Amino acid sequence: MRVYVPTPLRSYTGQQADVEAEGATVGELLADLDRRYPGMRFRMIDEQDAIRPHVRIFVNGEQVWGLEAPLRPSDEVQILQALSGG
Amino acid sequence: MTTVPQGSSIPATGPVTLLIATRKGAWLLKGDRGRRSWAIEGPVLLGHIVHHIVLDPRDQGTLLMAARTGHLGPTVFRSTDDGKTWTEASAPPAFAKAPAGQTGRVVDHVFWLTPGHPSQPDVWYAGTSPQGLFRSEDGGETWQSVAGFNDHPLRPQWTGGEQDGTPDGPKLHSILIDPRDAHHLYLGMSSGGVFESVDQGHDWTPLNAGCRADFLPNLFPEYGHDPHRVLLHPCEPDILYQQNHCGIYRMDRTEGTWVRIGEHMPKEIGDIGFPLVLHPRDPHTVWVFPMDGTEVWPRVSPGGKPAAYVTRDAGRTWQRLDRGLPSSQAWFTVKRQAMTADAHEPLGLYFGTTSGEVWASPNEGAEWSCIARHLPEIYAVEATESAR
Repeated sequence: MRVYVPTPLRSYTGQQADVEAEGATVGELLADLDRRYPGMRFRMIDEQDAIRPHVRIFVNGEQVWGLEAPLRPSDEVQILQALSGG
Repeated sequence: MTTVPQGSSIPATGPVTLLIATRKGAWLLKGDRGRRSWAIEGPVLLGHIVHHIVLDPRDQGTLLMAARTGHLGPTVFRSTDDGKTWTEASAPPAFAKAPAGQTGRVVDHVFWLTPGHPSQPDVWYAGTSPQGLFRSEDGGETWQSVAGFNDHPLRPQWTGGEQDGTPDGPKLHSILIDPRDAHHLYLGMSSGGVFESVDQGHDWTPLNAGCRADFLPNLFPEYGHDPHRVLLHPCEPDILYQQNHCGIYRMDRTEGTWVRIGEHMPKEIGDIGFPLVLHPRDPHTVWVFPMDGTEVWPRVSPGGKPAAYVTRDAGRTWQRLDRGLPSSQAWFTVKRQAMTADAHEPLGLYFGTTSGEVWASPNEGAEWSCIARHLPEIYAVEATESAR
């Protein structure tokens, strides 16, 4: 499925904003992304499998809050950076 | 890029490069042989929050950088080409995943990097916020939790709660390795205190006797202190110094008690601050950079008049070193990793400020000049130099 990657993570994707990855859940999708782009997952997901505070994940425009959220092959996933910094 | 090994009794003579870690990236400041002219290179990883950059004194070429961004999690970058290119660790420092139903700890940022003992050329240690200790055995490519500390049954008591940490998170720092024994380690925690291990991190014991903790009901507890920076002297490793939240201290391990040498500082200045610098060849010479720790703890230069202070007799007397520094209305702070020395004769001193300036003295603090300005808030400065 199509995954939108925000600018802070594009160093992992060769500056691609849109990439392909597979998975039946958000967790599986992120694991697949990490196989394709090593190191990417840990920058978004902490060691307790929580989405980091300034990362947001949307499926078809709806925010999901955990890795167990289900996915279908036709879904579109957006990884966004929340407001942060100064 | 090379460096003079710690504890060398021979002064360095080569050009100095300063590794500048800031809140928004890293820079290199390259000096000429006389340490009078400086050229800035960078930024490296612009926008990344860089807490520490350290050169490996063993291979004299590998650089490690502790970094994160405002959005992304913590990691460690590695360079083997003088900082031109950086590769991320494949397994950055991370706590163990908690069993189901329990709350696990999360590394917020990697704060501190220490190369291992010369007999262990690929070993590095990292300290994190919240307080965690991690070890790499492959030059920083992968990191493992030091379970003897991170899972120690007393660790929650030693470190206290979130309210016991510094404003931007409790930290494990000042990881020290006895040059005589790779298994003999020290660390400092803000908060927590100074701790020692004699078995390469499998077990730890507090080392805080004699040190005050003014912010606790018991002024002299076994642990819970706030060391800001701890150092051991590379030539006399039984001599320890610390700049603590509650003063400047020295310990001779044969005596086993911290002695507050900061009480000999001028009363109007006090002995509160963050950084601490030792002379690599003289265990009696120490530099500090006091800050205002009165009332609400402004954490600025006292009176808006920044100055370093030096003792050359192990803390019995102190001299003010402010020639060339602003004489009024200068309110910057120097953080705990942001002051350092080279190994020349006379020794060069360097510090970076919260207002993004780098100041240098080629003569042990006798006179200062600003060698870079307009950088982001500076977190750490490390000096590297060509061999003699």
